Amino acid sequence: MAQPNKISYFGLIKNGIFGENPIFRVALSLCPAVAVTNSLKGGMLMGVAVLFVQTMTNVTVSILRKFINPKVRIPIFILVTATWVTVSDLLLHAYEPAAYKQVGLYIKLIVAFAIILSRAELFASKNKVIPSIFDGLGMGMGFLLALTVISFFRELLGSGSLLGYPLVATKPVLIFVLPAGGFFAVGLLMGFFNWIDIKFFGGAGSSGGGH
Amino acid sequence: MAVMNEKEHARLIVSVSPHIRSDVSVSRIMWTVSIALFPALLMGVYFFGPRALFIVATCIVSSVFFEYLTAKVMGRPVTINDGSAFLTGLLLGMNLPSSLWSFSPFLIHVPIIGSFVAVAITKMLFGGLGYNIFNPALIGRAFLLISWPRAMTIFYKPTAAFLGFDAQTTATPLGILKEDGMNKLIEVFGTKSNLYLMKLIGQNAGSIGETSALALLIGGLYLLAKRYITWHIPVTFIATVAVVTWIFGGTDPATGKMVLFAGDPLLNVLSGGLMLGAFFMATDYVTGPTLRNAQILFGIGCGLITSLIRIKGGFPEGVMFAILLMNCFAPLLDRYVKRKPFGFRKEAAR
Repeated sequence: MAQPNKISYFGLIKNGIFGENPIFRVALSLCPAVAVTNSLKGGMLMGVAVLFVQTMTNVTVSILRKFINPKVRIPIFILVTATWVTVSDLLLHAYEPAAYKQVGLYIKLIVAFAIILSRAELFASKNKVIPSIFDGLGMGMGFLLALTVISFFRELLGSGSLLGYPLVATKPVLIFVLPAGGFFAVGLLMGFFNWIDIKFFGGAGSSGGGH
Repeated sequence: MAVMNEKEHARLIVSVSPHIRSDVSVSRIMWTVSIALFPALLMGVYFFGPRALFIVATCIVSSVFFEYLTAKVMGRPVTINDGSAFLTGLLLGMNLPSSLWSFSPFLIHVPIIGSFVAVAITKMLFGGLGYNIFNPALIGRAFLLISWPRAMTIFYKPTAAFLGFDAQTTATPLGILKEDGMNKLIEVFGTKSNLYLMKLIGQNAGSIGETSALALLIGGLYLLAKRYITWHIPVTFIATVAVVTWIFGGTDPATGKMVLFAGDPLLNVLSGGLMLGAFFMATDYVTGPTLRNAQILFGIGCGLITSLIRIKGGFPEGVMFAILLMNCFAPLLDRYVKRKPFGFRKEAAR
C-alpha cells in the first residue's frame, strides 16, 4: 500500500473498485450498505456523498500531513472529515430536499465511517496529494459501485421498481426493502464477488469483518 | 455416514478391537423423522384437501431440486439421497398455510422461493448438512412470512371434504385469542371441551402440518421411542410455554388487563406450531445444543420466547422466531454447561 514510487494512478482507482473494494472486499462501512440501500436513488446518493467526502478528506489530510502531530492525528482526521461531511450535507439539503429526507441522517454519519478514516490513516497521511486524490476517487467509486449494485437488487426485488418506476407486476419480495433483506443482499453479493475473484482472477476471496 | 466416501471412512478406523457398529446413519434418521411426520401430514391433507398435498409436494420437489443444483454448481458431492433435503421440504411445506396454492393471485412461486432460501441459502451456502447455523425450514418460513405477510397469514377453514375446492378463510385459534379473547374462541368452537378436541384431532385453521396435536404427539413419541431424540428439549419447551402462559396469559374480558394465573395452558400447548416445533424442529441435531443440560436451557429459552411473543408480541404465534433465536445461542449454551474435567482448577489451567 505505502509504496510511493510504484504507484500508478490507474492502479489506485482499480484497487479501490476491485482489489480493496470497501464493501465487498474489506467489508468496512457495512452500516450504510444495509441502511440506505432499499432504494436505488438513496444508495446512489449515499455513494456520491461518500465519493466526495473521501476524495476531499484524502486531499486535505495529504496537504496537512506534515503538520499533523501523530499523537492527535485521529481527532484531526475526524475534524477534516466532519468539515467535508457538513459541506455535502448542506449541499444535499439545498439541492435534493426530497432525497435528503430519506438519507439525511446517514449523510451526517459519514463522519464515523470506517472507510474514510482508514484511508486517511493508511494512505493520505503517508502519500503525496495527487496519489491521495486518486486513492480517494478509487475508494469512493468502489463504494459507489457497491452501493449501486446492492440498492439495484434490493429495490428491484423488494419494491419491484427501479428509481421509483414500477417494473414488475407481481407482488415483490418485501423482505428485501427491510433491514433483514439488506443483510441477505450484502452477504450474497459479497459471496458472488468472492466467487468471481476466486474463479476468474485466482484470488483467495475475503471474509471481511468490519462495521 | 452417507456423505463419506470409502477413502475417508478408512481413515477413521483407529484400532483393531472388535467394535459394535450401529446401523444408525444420517439418511436413516432423516427418513425416520419423515415417517414420524406422516400422521400429521395425513391429518393436514384430510382437513385442508388436495391443496395441502400440492403445497407439501411442491416444497419437497423444489428442495431436492435446489439441493441438487447447488451441489452441482458448488462442485460438492450430491447428497440428495440422504433425505435431508426431503425432510427440509416436508417440514417447510407443513409450516405453510394451504391457501398458498392459489392461481389468482398467483402464489405458487412462494413455496418454491421458500425452498430455495431454506436449502440453497440457509444450508448449502453455509457448508451443507451439519454446518448450517439455523434450521433451514424455519428460515425458509421466516423469509416467506416477512416477504408476503398477507398471503402467509390467510388460513382456510378445515373442511374435511377431500375434493371440495371451495374454501373459506378464517383466523387461527391463537389469532382469535389475541384479537378477541377467550370468550370469542369458545363461541366459535361451541364449548371449551369441543375446542380442545378439535385442537387435538386438527380440525382448526392453521398451517398444514401444525393443527393436529395428537398426530404430532404420536410422531414425536415414535421418535422418542426410537431414541432419535431425547425428552430434554420437547418437554422443557412445552412445559415452559404451559407454565408461562398459565401465569401471564390470562386477561380480564371486561377490561382487557392481564390477570395472573388465569391463562389457559392446555390451549396454548395444543395451539400453533408448538408440537411441531418442539418435537421436530427444536430437536434438530445440527442447530441445537448437544449436551443434556444445554438442551434443557435451550428448551426453556424457546418456551420463554414463544410465550413472550404470544402474550405481548405483534404476531399471534412465536414458535418459529423462538427456535431461530435460540439456534443462535446453541453453541454458547454448549460451552456454558461443559463439564469440568475431574480435578480441574482454574489456576492449574493457566
